[in-house]
Amino acid sequence: MALLPAAAISLRLTPRVNPLRRKSSPRQQTLRNSSHFTYVPEAPPVPGETQRMNLFQSVTSALSNTLETDPTAIIFGEDVAFGGVFRCTVGLAAKYGKERVFNTPLCEQGIVGFGIGVAVAGSTAIAEIQFADYIYPAFDQVVNEASKYRYRSGGDFDCGRLTIRAPSGAVGHGALYHSQSPEAFFAHVPGVRTVVPRGPCQAKGLLLACIQDDNPCIFFEPKVLYRSAVEDVPVESYTLPLGKAEVLIEGRDVTLVGWGTQVQVLREVCQLAEERLGADCELIDLRTIAPWDVDTVCNSVSKTGRLIVAHEAPITGGHAGEISSTVQQHCFLNLEAPISRVCGWDTPFPHIHEPFYIPDKWRCFEAVRKLMNF
Amino acid sequence: MVLIHGLHRFALPSSRWRLSPIATPMCRQPHRRYSPEPPVAEHYADDDTPQFLGARASFTSKLEFIDPSSSTIPVYRVMNRKGEIVGDDDPKLKPKTIIEMYLKMTLLNQMDRIMYESQRQGRISFYMTNYGEEATHIGTAAALNTDDLIFGQYREAGVLMWRDYPLEMFMDQCYGNKDDLGQGHQMPVHYGSARHGFATISSPLATQMPQAVGVAYAYKLAKKSNVVVCFFGEGASSEGDAHAAMNFAATLDCPIVFLCRNNGYAISTPTSEQYRSDGVAARGPAYGMQTLRVDGNDVFAMYNVSRAAKEICLRENKPVLVEAMTYRIGHHSTSDDSSAYRSVDEVSYWDQTDHPISRLRNYMLNNQLWSKDQEEVWKKKAREKVMKAFAKSEAKRKPKVSHLFSNVYKELPENLEAQKSELFEHLQVYGEHYNLDLYDKEG
Repeated sequence: MALLPAAAISLRLTPRVNPLRRKSSPRQQTLRNSSHFTYVPEAPPVPGETQRMNLFQSVTSALSNTLETDPTAIIFGEDVAFGGVFRCTVGLAAKYGKERVFNTPLCEQGIVGFGIGVAVAGSTAIAEIQFADYIYPAFDQVVNEASKYRYRSGGDFDCGRLTIRAPSGAVGHGALYHSQSPEAFFAHVPGVRTVVPRGPCQAKGLLLACIQDDNPCIFFEPKVLYRSAVEDVPVESYTLPLGKAEVLIEGRDVTLVGWGTQVQVLREVCQLAEERLGADCELIDLRTIAPWDVDTVCNSVSKTGRLIVAHEAPITGGHAGEISSTVQQHCFLNLEAPISRVCGWDTPFPHIHEPFYIPDKWRCFEAVRKLMNF
Repeated sequence: MVLIHGLHRFALPSSRWRLSPIATPMCRQPHRRYSPEPPVAEHYADDDTPQFLGARASFTSKLEFIDPSSSTIPVYRVMNRKGEIVGDDDPKLKPKTIIEMYLKMTLLNQMDRIMYESQRQGRISFYMTNYGEEATHIGTAAALNTDDLIFGQYREAGVLMWRDYPLEMFMDQCYGNKDDLGQGHQMPVHYGSARHGFATISSPLATQMPQAVGVAYAYKLAKKSNVVVCFFGEGASSEGDAHAAMNFAATLDCPIVFLCRNNGYAISTPTSEQYRSDGVAARGPAYGMQTLRVDGNDVFAMYNVSRAAKEICLRENKPVLVEAMTYRIGHHSTSDDSSAYRSVDEVSYWDQTDHPISRLRNYMLNNQLWSKDQEEVWKKKAREKVMKAFAKSEAKRKPKVSHLFSNVYKELPENLEAQKSELFEHLQVYGEHYNLDLYDKEG
C-alpha cells in the first residue's frame, strides 16, 4: 500500500457528523424530560402591572427592583456577573454597574463572610451560593457568625442586611451534589431565617421580604422550578410576609404541609385524594422554615386531626420531625392518627434512582390513604 | 466544587460560544457571548510568548523548582531593643502623643494584671492578657481614626484602650453585668463597641477576616476615606477564612490592612508547627498584596507602618498585609499554663530584653520625656484607676433574665415569646434555686 503524502492526511480532530446528534428514542426522551409534578400558575398576590415570568426571571425582577431603589445593594457570588449559571442575574451588571454585581473567587466561606461584612457596614448584601449543596464551607460563617452577630454584641452590631440565595432541591438528574435541600441544618440555628418559595410570584415577594428584613436570611430557590414554573408576576416591588405559612387549599380531613417544589406535588395529591378516596385535604405551604408558623399549622391540624409533612431532604433529622414534634405537643388530643412524614430516604441523593427517592405523589397519596383508614 | 455534569440543559453554557439559542418560550433572548472586553482573539500576540490567561510569565527551558527557603522578608524597625533610634524613621511624634502611648500601654498592662488575678480569685470566669503585644495595639491605633473600623481576634484590647473605651466598660463585659453592651451574652474579653469603631469579638478564629473585607468593600463603594484594619494571629492565618479574605481583598480591590500579630505561639503550638513558609508575610505577594514585616515591639515602627499602610489602601483601594513580629509573654489565657510547653528562660528573655513598654520608656527617659519619679506616680495612679473601675463593675447586678432572649433577631419572634413565657412560668415555681437576686429586675 502506497503511503499517502502527509498533506493528504488530515487528522480530523472533531467528527464531521456528531454521533450524538441522532436523537434518543422517543421513550427515552419522555423519561428524561418528565418531571414528578406539573406546575400550576397562580394569580398575582398583589395588584399592578404584571409580566409573564418564570422563577429565575422573577428572581431577576426582585434583584433589579432592589438594585434600583437601594443604592447600597450589591450582588456577588460565583459567576453572577455574566448572568449566573441559572440566569438569575442576567442583565444586572450591565444595568447597575460591575462594582454592584460582580464575581467573587470560588470560595463559599469567603462569599458569606464577605457578605456579612458588607451588611455590618450597613449596605444590602445579596450573596449567591451557586448550589445549596456547596453552602457547607460557609456553614461556620452562617452558624457562628451571621446568626449570632446581633446577639453577641447586644445589638451593637448586626448583619441584618445580609441575604444568601442558593438553588436547591431535586432537578431530575442532579444526584448527590446538585439536588440537596439543606433547610433543616439552618432551621436549627437561631438568629437566621430560612425561606423557600413555591413559585415565581412567591419567590419575588419572599425574596424582597428577605432582602428588606433586618435579620440575616437564607433563601433556597427550587431549581427545578426555575424554568418550569411560569406565571404572571407583578413587575413592581412587593413583599410577602415572612414567618407566615399559607393555606392554599382548605379541607376538613387531612393537613398536608410542604414547601418549595413539594407544594406542587402535594397539590396533585389533594386532587388524587379527592378523586380516589373522597378525602378533603388542606394544603399548607410553610414558606418560612424557621422560625415557622406554628399557629397556622396547629390550627389546621386541630381541625383535620391528621397531618402529613413531606420534604425531599432525608427523613431523619429533617424539618418534618420538628413540625411533627411541635404539632403533637399542641394538638395531641385532636389527632385522629399518628403524624406521617413522607421524605427522602436516609441516603445521599441518588442519580439513577431519583424517582424512587423523592416523596412523589404516589408515596404521599399512600400516606393519605393510610391516615384516612387508620 | 462546581462540576456541573449534565446540567448543561439547565445552566447557561457560556463557554460554548457556538450553540444555538436555548429555545424555550420564556427565553427568546439571543444567545450572546459574555464579553466585557473585545473578543479574546484580538489580544493574542503573534510571537512565541505565553498567551495563557492564567499567568503573565515568560517561557523557560530549564527545569528548575523554586526553592522556598531562598529568601526571607526583613523586619522593619525604628528603634532597637534599648529604645535607641536606628535609621531615619523616627516619626517625631508630639511629646503629648508619645506620653499618651506610654500611659495607655502601661494602663493596659495594669488592667491585665488585676483582671487576670480576679479570674484566679473566681471573680470573673476567664481572661486573656496582652503582655508583650501592647505596641501592636497602641502603635497601630495611634495611626488611625475611630472611623477606621477595627476587627480583632481577642488580643487587641490596647486598640480599645487607645480609643478611650472606659476601664469600666472592659470590666462590665468581663463581669457580664447589667451594663455590659453585650447583655451578658459572651465570655470575658469579647469586647466590642460601634462607638469606638471596634467590631465585637467572636471566639472562632479568622472568621472576622472575610467580614472585614466586606466592610472595606462597602466603604469603597460609599467612597469613604476610611480603611478597615483586621488583626489576626499567626495561628489564625492557617484557617481557610484567612486565605478567603486575602484572596477576596486582592481580587476585589478592598482598602483593608491585614495586620498579623505573629507572637510565636497559638496556645501551645509554636510557629514551627504552624507553617513552613517565611512567616505570614511571605503569603502577601502570593495574593498580589503589598506586604511588610515589622518589629511589633517597636511602637514607632508600628505607627509608621500602619500610617503608610492606610495611605496605600486609600490611595490605591488595594489591601496591604503587615506582619508584626512580637512575643506572647503571658499564657494564652487563664485556662493555660504555658510552662507546660516553653521554658521560663525564653519568656524571661522577652520580658527583660525586648519588651515594647521598656523600649518606649527607655526612649522617653533618654529624651527627657519621662522620669523615674513620674513613673512611680503613674504606677500608683494607674493601679488606682483600675481598682476604682473594678470595684464599681463588680458591684453591679447581672443583666435581666429576659435578656437571655434579646437580640436573637431584631424583633422577638413568636416562638421565642412562647419560650420566654415558659421560662418565666418555670421561675415562678422554682425561682428560689436560681439566685435571682443577683440579676437586674424585670420591667
